Amino acid sequence: MSEFTVELRDVVKRFPTPEGGEVFAVNHVTLQIRNGEFFSMLGSSGCGKTTSLRMVAGFEWPTEGEVYIEGRAMGHTPPFKRPVNTVFQNYALFQHMTVYQNVAFGLEMEGAGKQEIARRVGHALEMVQMTGMERRYPKQMSGGQQQRIALARAIVKTPNVLLLDEPLGALDLKLRKEMQLELKALQQKLGITFVYVTHDQEEALTMSDRIAVMSQGKVMQMGTPVEIYERPNCKFVADFIGTSNFMEGGVKSLENGRASVFVPILNAEVTGYAAENVSVGDEVAISIRPEKIRLADKAGLTQNCFEGTVVTTSYIGSDTRLHVDINGLTLKVWEQNKISSLDPAAYYTVGQKVWLTLFPENTLVLPKD
Amino acid sequence: MLKRLRENKSSQGTLLISPTLVFMVGLLIIPLILTLIISFGKRSADGNVIYTFGLHNYIRILGISSDCPGGQAICFDPLYANILWRSLTLAFNSTVLVIALAYPLAYFIARAHPMKRNTFLFMVLVPLWTNFVIRVYAWMMLLRTQGVINSLLGWLAGLVGLHFTPLEMLYTPGAVLVGMVYEFLPFMILPIFTSLEKIDNSLYEAAADLGANPIRTFFRVTLPLSMPGVVAGTILVFIPVMGTFIVSDLLGGKQVILIGNLIQRQFLDARDPTFGSAASLILMAMTLIVTFFYTRKFGFGEEIVAA
Amino acid sequence: MNPYRRSLFIKIATVLVYAFLYTPIIVLIVFAFNSSRTNVLFGGFITQFGPLVMDGSTVVQSPCGPFHWFCELGKNAEVMNATKNTLTIAIISTLSSVVIGTMAALALQRYSFKLKPFSQLSLYIPIVIPEIVMGIGILVLFSQVFTFLNGAFNLAGDSRLTLGLPTVIVSHIAFSIPFVTLVVQARLQGFDKSYEEAAMDLGANELTTFWRVTFPMILPGVLSGGLLAFTLSLDDFVITFFTTGPGSTTLPIYVYGLLRRIITPQVNALSAVWVLVIFSIVLLIQKLQSRAA
Repeated sequence: MSEFTVELRDVVKRFPTPEGGEVFAVNHVTLQIRNGEFFSMLGSSGCGKTTSLRMVAGFEWPTEGEVYIEGRAMGHTPPFKRPVNTVFQNYALFQHMTVYQNVAFGLEMEGAGKQEIARRVGHALEMVQMTGMERRYPKQMSGGQQQRIALARAIVKTPNVLLLDEPLGALDLKLRKEMQLELKALQQKLGITFVYVTHDQEEALTMSDRIAVMSQGKVMQMGTPVEIYERPNCKFVADFIGTSNFMEGGVKSLENGRASVFVPILNAEVTGYAAENVSVGDEVAISIRPEKIRLADKAGLTQNCFEGTVVTTSYIGSDTRLHVDINGLTLKVWEQNKISSLDPAAYYTVGQKVWLTLFPENTLVLPKD
Repeated sequence: MLKRLRENKSSQGTLLISPTLVFMVGLLIIPLILTLIISFGKRSADGNVIYTFGLHNYIRILGISSDCPGGQAICFDPLYANILWRSLTLAFNSTVLVIALAYPLAYFIARAHPMKRNTFLFMVLVPLWTNFVIRVYAWMMLLRTQGVINSLLGWLAGLVGLHFTPLEMLYTPGAVLVGMVYEFLPFMILPIFTSLEKIDNSLYEAAADLGANPIRTFFRVTLPLSMPGVVAGTILVFIPVMGTFIVSDLLGGKQVILIGNLIQRQFLDARDPTFGSAASLILMAMTLIVTFFYTRKFGFGEEIVAA
Repeated sequence: MNPYRRSLFIKIATVLVYAFLYTPIIVLIVFAFNSSRTNVLFGGFITQFGPLVMDGSTVVQSPCGPFHWFCELGKNAEVMNATKNTLTIAIISTLSSVVIGTMAALALQRYSFKLKPFSQLSLYIPIVIPEIVMGIGILVLFSQVFTFLNGAFNLAGDSRLTLGLPTVIVSHIAFSIPFVTLVVQARLQGFDKSYEEAAMDLGANELTTFWRVTFPMILPGVLSGGLLAFTLSLDDFVITFFTTGPGSTTLPIYVYGLLRRIITPQVNALSAVWVLVIFSIVLLIQKLQSRAA
């Protein structure tokens, strides 16, 4: 068996538009998903994540390129001949069947015997903690319960790959957080590959082993949650995942992966980690996360250190969030409230002069999109 | 073969629609084209169609005649023009009356408690689905000179000691109007109800909150929002009234001849199918023109399907 | 504020309109139990079994008592034949139009193909043109085609092609299809493709998916479309009028023919039965729809 459970090789999916043109839903995507991995496709709506998932499931066929499952080229294999199962965004539970009939459906299609079906359905319901619900109809259950039944129905066939299309999208925040942990635990217990589609970055960061960040039909970056957050490879990813400050400038020099960038608005050079495809002379975007900017009353380093004025402050409990103005450039700065105090003097105030330090190891030099 | 069909979604769709298309083209579009071709033809001596091309049938309906009593070359014979005009005004009057009767009832049902709405609707559907001919018959029984209404009036007159001469109601234009209104009333109630039911209660509350009294609320909020239903209902009433011949035949006798009766006689009494075809196309053109301008002015809702 | 508040005017108007709708039907049914045979006047209800004195002098045997006219109806061979024709036409055209219309609804709701806009448009034609136009169009078609074929194959006598049950049935299928399609289409709009995809994902092929998932889900729509087609066919007068031939008379046609000559309480008895049947069907449709919703 191949090292990768699911592989997309240079896959393109075009849809005809009503006006007679064509639109790229997926634009030359190449992905490798490893065995037993929790893999997320993250992006805003229309980025091609769901279409990619549907091509793995077999509901759509690629216009170009090929989808491989367990090393086999899928071609135009219909969904019912693919070794994958799907959890749908709207659950797609059959309303005219009981919970038991819903979960048993896939096994029935396999031609399993009655006793085996009963045993395996019982086991699957146990896995999702829904034992005792067999006779209910989907309509009689809450959203969270339906979610679990949809999950049980998909895992009962013990697929090697489970595809999940925003399965938690319809649940309220608290239930969603609970289910995130449960899903992760379930995946580890089953030891199978999960391919998870979501637009919720926090969800993706919490659960995934690896994430593919997608935009406009393309994979922008693929990596572990830490890589994606700490070392985004382009301005889009830095902006999409979490919050970032951006400055524009031109690369002056490049040495050992560190780039010196002249930033006109600051009239100074800023040093930071250079992304792979940055070279001398490029117009680049400098990115730094608000929680990684060091704030002080006095100047610290001689380099990457700028004086500014506090424009707004908002106290949100764990942090104080400030906007600081430097020569007309506003930066977001999040300062953790490490010391408990009631004294207003312990916090920064509007109009106060402050010094911002952008440590080079926290500062990223990224190609402009 | 099966594999290729499975992969070609477009031919699957075509395959599924094809029986419908066979019927729609074969029994709807081709007949209409044939009607058009025949309307240019002439009637042979044995009642068959001679295929020629001429506008004589249309000229005849419009009333331009060369057989003039005064001996002129061309004169105007208003016979058919009168029939067309009568059909049009009857359809218009019936529609207006139907709206006036249907609106309060639809409003009542739409604002009834949701549990009771189905029962009230059901009470509209039963007369709607009771056979068309039977419903006309019911009015024959009511309106006849010795019918139910006259008997009732006679009995009442007798009670107070008055002399009573039975009213002549059947075989009058009024009888045809009442018959038409009765036949097509449910077709107006249902779409108006559908559009009224969609109006969220908060809109009434908002109007009241902003100081509108019930009458102003009705004219500024309810009526405009229910217009799609009125439009759909009008189409569902106006078109069949224009084309129906049973009501005028049974309730109007020889007094009220509509375009439907004209067409029917050309075919059934084997007078002249070519002339009947032309009349039928004129009827279709009239309804399409009215529908087109009417819907263009007021829009066309999904309410028409709801009925 | 009570959302269900209605003014007195509306209430009175409602009562009056319902009265307008129901008075003729009630009169019709009451006269089905009339003890006068001419049906001109109401001679009182039939109250006894056995010999009846009608209109002063005539003695009629009535073993059915109050249901005298219903029994007479049952003995009337023409009525029975027309009933048989009506039901034959309604059943065949309903079954056919349900199958064809459901297929069309699936095609229009689930697939995209070249003829889609044209198909959807053609389904609206019967709604926006007067029925008589469609009726005489079909009549013209059949008569021209039959004249041509009879001439071309030298058909004569009984082998000549004429209007009859088959032409009526085919025409009824044609006008029922759009209604079934629209009803089923509305039902299909309610649920998206994911149910079918889920079934296929779980290993069901297209056919199994249809029978196990799609069909049960659209069944209420299919049934109410079918009942609609059935009532439309039962009720139809105009199209039947132009496509029927000798021996294929339906009940509405028979009643119409009768009304132009003579009026007897038998017609009222027939109407009463009709109202009862329609009442049951409409009730069934309502139950189906409220269960579906």
